[in-house]
Amino acid sequence: MNVARYWRTEKTRYGLVGETCRVCGKPIFPPRDLCPHCTEAGQDLRTFGGRGEVYSFAHVTDAPAGYTEYQPYTVALIKLEEGPLLTAQLTDVDQSDVRIGMPVEMVTRKLKEEGENGMVVYGYKFRPVMHE
Amino acid sequence: MKPDRQVGIVGYGAYVPRYRLPAVEVSRVWTGGQGGVPIEEKSVPGLDEDTATIAIEAARNALRRGLVDAQDLRAVWVGSESHPYAVKPTGTIVAEAIGATPAVSAGDWQFACKAGTEALQAAIGLVGSGMADYAMAIGADTAQGRPGDALEYTTAAGGAAYIVGPRERSLAYLEGSYSFVTDTPDFFRRPYRHYPEHGGRFTGEPAYFKHITHSVQALLEELRLEPADFAAAVFHQPNVKFPQRVAQMLGFNKEQIKTGLLAGQVGNTYAAAAMLGLTAVLDVARPGDRILLASFGSGAGSDAFSLVVTEAITERQALAPFTRAYVARRKQIDYGVYVRYRHKLEMH
Repeated sequence: MNVARYWRTEKTRYGLVGETCRVCGKPIFPPRDLCPHCTEAGQDLRTFGGRGEVYSFAHVTDAPAGYTEYQPYTVALIKLEEGPLLTAQLTDVDQSDVRIGMPVEMVTRKLKEEGENGMVVYGYKFRPVMHE
Repeated sequence: MKPDRQVGIVGYGAYVPRYRLPAVEVSRVWTGGQGGVPIEEKSVPGLDEDTATIAIEAARNALRRGLVDAQDLRAVWVGSESHPYAVKPTGTIVAEAIGATPAVSAGDWQFACKAGTEALQAAIGLVGSGMADYAMAIGADTAQGRPGDALEYTTAAGGAAYIVGPRERSLAYLEGSYSFVTDTPDFFRRPYRHYPEHGGRFTGEPAYFKHITHSVQALLEELRLEPADFAAAVFHQPNVKFPQRVAQMLGFNKEQIKTGLLAGQVGNTYAAAAMLGLTAVLDVARPGDRILLASFGSGAGSDAFSLVVTEAITERQALAPFTRAYVARRKQIDYGVYVRYRHKLEMH
């Protein structure tokens, strides 16, 4: 990830900052130029609460370049309480404990490092809910 | 020391990683299981954790308990000896992640294990002077010990965050603080070096014990208080024995230090150690409790604080995970997994 892209998307990655469509009122994540629901332009920023559940998942044992250090890990589709569906890694959970419908919460973690001289890329992951 | 404007802790939050390395695993590998161990087990950060991620979770917990809008923070200061970057502040990452930017001061503090309480002293000054209403001070670390060294049994990871604000909004107000510092090279790490050096037994009497006893005795004299006036006391905890002994030297009993002494279960979380112990005490504190916090940082120095818990604490304690929940959330690993997680493997 180059520096400009990192900087441009960091609020979204660090803290689940997305949008609400001004026209149809639906929540949008990640932010987009046009609403994926009504195709109108114009949204307001909003921070999602970070709670959701596992919609589907896959265990990764042969990770793509840049992520091999962290394998094996689990990638999941997370259905946020507010509605949007997003892709994220799960963390702090054993693979055998992952199940569809599992309540999860967002944490900010290291996604990868761009080599010894590069940036540390931080972003959202999800873990089993530990606080009600 | 007392600020002009009365201040206190408005919010606090803890974080401890999930993984635990039993001390007997280190002993098994390096001494054939011979000899005693200084703690039961230590926390180990996961592959995707570092001081920034630990600080972020502790900070979010502090905001939850403080009921403070992150936009009202005027400082986010992170004390650590394991910042992810040599040049680039951890404080900006944390401030951005919790939504405190851009009208905020952010930066990193370095004073070995008391970097966090050094930031806390500064936050007290910032709010106490009237420059700001809210300032956040964090102690967080992912400490490293050289394989086979005595430090490897205890070097751990964790974090604690505090929001300092006006006394009238506080969960615990500050009665006074004291800092005692001398140039004592008991422990250090040179640039570009991965592991620290330490003075062995020299880290005890002229370093840990001297600095903590001086800071605490001076604070008690200033405030005209006795150890018996405190419901709880938390000391820096590089192991279990040191805080027990310094408590005894100062006249505190085992009951007073029990709740805040976490080193046996999580190890030495360095800049977080004493601050994390205080979160465990605040989790169960009752209005009117007086609490002593005394850090120690090699190099060397100690910051001591006297706090009195207010009525507000009872409705805020459960707004974020309890420290004991983080301590109880454990997955045991062996030395091999620990070596991988702490990047001790050299790939040739």
